[in-house]
Amino acid sequence: MSLIDLKHASMSFGPQHVLRDITLEVCKGETLVLIGESGCGKSVTMKLMMDLLQPTKGKVLWDDKPIHSRSAKKISQERLKFGYLFQQAALFDSLTVFENVAFGLRQNKRMAEAKVEETVNGRLRDVGLSPDVVVDKKPAELSGGMRKRVGLARALAMSPEIMLYDEPTTGLDPIMSDVINELILRTRDREQMTSVVVTHDMHTVKKVADRIVMFYPLTRLEPDEPQIIFEGTPDEAFACDDPRVYQFVRGEAGERLTELAAA
Amino acid sequence: MTTTTLSRPNVVHIVGETVLDGVRLVGDLTLFFLQLLWWMKWPRGGVIWPIMYQTGVQSLPVILITGGFIGMVLAVQAYDQFAMMGMENQLGTVINVTLVKELGPVLAALMLAGRVGSSMAAELGTMRVTEQIDALTALGANPVRFLVVPRFLACFLLIPLLTIVADGIGMLSGWMFSTKILGVHSFYYWHHSFNFITAYDVMSGVVKSVFFGAAIAIIACHRGFHSRAGAEGVGRAATESFVYSFVAILLIDFLLGTFFMKLYYVLWPGDISMV
Repeated sequence: MSLIDLKHASMSFGPQHVLRDITLEVCKGETLVLIGESGCGKSVTMKLMMDLLQPTKGKVLWDDKPIHSRSAKKISQERLKFGYLFQQAALFDSLTVFENVAFGLRQNKRMAEAKVEETVNGRLRDVGLSPDVVVDKKPAELSGGMRKRVGLARALAMSPEIMLYDEPTTGLDPIMSDVINELILRTRDREQMTSVVVTHDMHTVKKVADRIVMFYPLTRLEPDEPQIIFEGTPDEAFACDDPRVYQFVRGEAGERLTELAAA
Repeated sequence: MTTTTLSRPNVVHIVGETVLDGVRLVGDLTLFFLQLLWWMKWPRGGVIWPIMYQTGVQSLPVILITGGFIGMVLAVQAYDQFAMMGMENQLGTVINVTLVKELGPVLAALMLAGRVGSSMAAELGTMRVTEQIDALTALGANPVRFLVVPRFLACFLLIPLLTIVADGIGMLSGWMFSTKILGVHSFYYWHHSFNFITAYDVMSGVVKSVFFGAAIAIIACHRGFHSRAGAEGVGRAATESFVYSFVAILLIDFLLGTFFMKLYYVLWPGDISMV
């Protein structure tokens, strides 16, 4: 059963076209990884999935029903089944770590303050942070890895059914990247969660992906070429003989070096 | 359908683009204002108090300084003209009427647009580019309700008070300068002032300020919400917030000034003290 469906979705920002005719589904329980070069529209696709952006053409469905066939209130309620880990964590600067993680609970659930505190502390421990050390800190006082983990704790505090991770390991050292990968796996296994991960990190891809979808930038495609150039398992991606996929998964510049020299 | 590609935009093209951009901006601001009205509710959880403190209390020093100097500047500029006609005792009238009807509200609004409006635009712009506004939506909080409503209420409710403070300090400094330095008699200064200033004048100035406050908050929040990426985008949002607010304040001042004048004639036909 598909939880999220993109049907012929296109997205433009003014004159800049980012996505063209994307059809994609996310099935219950799977971990789907979106890969592709920077600027090819992976993060935009994820925002379309959560209705943080609306496609300029095509539609997005939740549980086989177009999102906007629901009322605004219903969309807002149903959006809470998603957790979103933003690229730079997007913690609220003016709030402490505790207030950040408690934010969604206080906004949406009529929960006693003691229960809020218990949930926040529990989620912080789940991501390997000691509540006593971090709760009173402001986001500016945290390292990149800690910010990502607080962001994850904030998303998990709402007990989502679907987690969306936008470049969860970008900018982190290899050890912290692996900590985040393990947290993604642990969360998936413990909560039986559906996950969508946007990443460039092939180590993350190998470790967490059930299925991979690779996007290609529109600027490098002919008008009639599909933007999704690969769909399959990690093993199939590494065995793929399409040079665009082959070079990406192995991190090889290929003809790009020639293009740079010609520019 | 045929399309023509212009190698270089001509004057008609540039004028057309500018007009369309202006219309788009006004339409966008109107929709933003309607969204604000839709979500208008007193903010929960004490969110509004720090914003009110920042908007009101922290604006006081700049309002006191500006109001104080304007009262004295008016005295300096008007004194010679009045003295030439032997009417220096009327100095209080021109200073105080100008302050309560025009300069008090307009200067308080300009200070608020510069100090608070730009800061709001920069703050919300930073939240936009660091995806904090998306994070609010993702966590089930409506960004307009959570971010715009408290800022709007703070500007809307506090600007009349700031205007009254600017009026008061301007009147006080104008009186002190006129009587202590320029030698105008204090009794006549106030006597003539009270003969000319009506409650209607004070009310029109305060009512105008409420519109200024609303315009500043809407423009600042709108520019912040539509900030482009990066430091340049946030900087531009702050600058646009001030420039658009400045134009809006002058436009609203002109329109409401005309409206209140016409209304006065409707309410008190034959009374010429407004002229």
